[in-house]
Amino acid sequence: MTVNDKKIEILELLEKDSRLEVEKIAKMTDLSVEETNQLISEMERDHIIAGYSTLIDWTKVLDYEGVTAMIDVKVTPTRGVGFDKVAERIYRFPEVEAVYLMSGAYDLSVLIEAKTMSDIGRFVSDKLSTLESVLSTTTHFVLKKYKHDGIIFEGDDDDKRIMVTP
Amino acid sequence: MSPSSKTTYLSKTVEQLQPSGIRRFFDLASKMDNVISLGVGEPDFVTPWNVIEASFHSLEKGYTAYTANAGMIELRTRISAYLKKKYQVDYDPEEQVIVTVGASQAIDLALRALIDPGDEVIVVEPSFVSYAPAVSLAGGIPVKVDTDPLQQFKLEPELLEKAITEKTKAIMLCSPNNPTGTVLSKDELAAIAAVVKKYDLFVLSDEIYGELCYDEKHTSFSQIPEMKERTLLLSGFSKAFAMTGWRLGYAVGPSEIIKAMTKIHQYTIMSAPTMAQHAAIEALDHSETSVQEMKKSYRQRRNFVVKEFREMGLNCYLPGGAFYVFPSIQKTGFTSEEFAEKLLQEQRVAVVPGNVFGRSGEGYIRCSYATSLKQLDEAMKRIRAFLQTI
Ligand SMILES: Cc1ncc(COP(=O)(O)O)c(C=O)c1O
Repeated sequence: MTVNDKKIEILELLEKDSRLEVEKIAKMTDLSVEETNQLISEMERDHIIAGYSTLIDWTKVLDYEGVTAMIDVKVTPTRGVGFDKVAERIYRFPEVEAVYLMSGAYDLSVLIEAKTMSDIGRFVSDKLSTLESVLSTTTHFVLKKYKHDGIIFEGDDDDKRIMVTP
Repeated sequence: MSPSSKTTYLSKTVEQLQPSGIRRFFDLASKMDNVISLGVGEPDFVTPWNVIEASFHSLEKGYTAYTANAGMIELRTRISAYLKKKYQVDYDPEEQVIVTVGASQAIDLALRALIDPGDEVIVVEPSFVSYAPAVSLAGGIPVKVDTDPLQQFKLEPELLEKAITEKTKAIMLCSPNNPTGTVLSKDELAAIAAVVKKYDLFVLSDEIYGELCYDEKHTSFSQIPEMKERTLLLSGFSKAFAMTGWRLGYAVGPSEIIKAMTKIHQYTIMSAPTMAQHAAIEALDHSETSVQEMKKSYRQRRNFVVKEFREMGLNCYLPGGAFYVFPSIQKTGFTSEEFAEKLLQEQRVAVVPGNVFGRSGEGYIRCSYATSLKQLDEAMKRIRAFLQTI
């Protein structure tokens, strides 16, 4: 196995569980703890590991209110920088969770999270639509999250095997 | 005939069968709470979704009837192509492939097709618990050959040769092995093949863990020169594709034997489950990625568990395949049964004592690492704590 294979293996493990201890990663990938730390630091330095986040099912949190919307945005690209400039204007807003350049009926897909529906309304009408290169927006509210980032939210993951088998 | 009273109506063969030691541990463990089980001989993954979906689809389309006795020809063709790709061996899907109810039924059919009363079949121990009873049920005599723990329980040709008699008809081989995880290399298989040839024996090669080889490519016994004609390759979907509950396996080998097996199959089972056969076609056609992902995860967990056992001070070699590790518990002074039972009582971790797989497994325990890393980690903590109390 090459160093790159080991890196990929570490990344896959961390992608599934960013809290996985270095000692365990080391044992599973057959590296020493020092080597594992070294590879992780390298990948952090190179922004291959861009951050560590936690996937939370907020609907299970009492009294927590939040709304997610996906907004299709049509824009006029800017000479020289294409869509990048307007994308940056959009992704700088803290309530914006994700921005993707899309092929097809619209140009940018913007994922936004806010406390209430009216917060989202305000964001779209005041901030997004007023950007010079934005031609139109279509807002879709997320009603329920079934699966996100590869994780099934309501899944029943119980082990259905009996205790001891041949 | 004059009336008389029998003490039992049971057949002597069945009466003399020992209940499986696995059963006893299941009974013990299932009565307790908060048990972490390393006693499970099956994948912890659920069957890949595309495979499950293919069986729904087959039902929706109304495929609810029997199939051909030997199995759907579409599936037999895929099995044949799969083996050709993996091992470069050719089997005619019409004549040399039979689809069975798990590898379990393939083992049973093979033995019944080969054995006359009194024939001896060599069973290499530690072995899968069903081999010896299956030989007895077919009317044969299981002859057990112990392997050496210091040789990672690999079957050495001299040991095999010593066990052969006039009555020896066949050998049951299993690589990668349950319970030891041991894999036999091409050279090791070739050395066994030389003995097989010398004494004109037949080989039942259980290769159900063939996809789960972590360090080297799996060699099938049928690949060894001149062995294809005297080998039945027994396998199935349970382990590689996480399909234990689907009960689907197969055997490939010489036409004459497959034909005989099909005859028995026809009079006993008729055909393997139809929806499972449709699922299996999908599994062979489109599951390469899932199989590789599962395999990767098993390899990581194997590395983890072996390192943990070694850190605890238990001797544990690195098994090349399947999803078991077989650490030695000799230094604790307990027998395998005592160790497993005390560990279960005191720390609620279920493992299987090595002796249930044959006497050469005494002093060892089988731990399956087909369990989530979280569970494995907790199990290792508990075993460590247990070792500190003794
Ligand atoms: C070595 C071996 N052969 C055969 C089987 C049975 O497999 P199947 O589910 O295909 O009947 C098992 C199951 O544990 C096994 O370990």
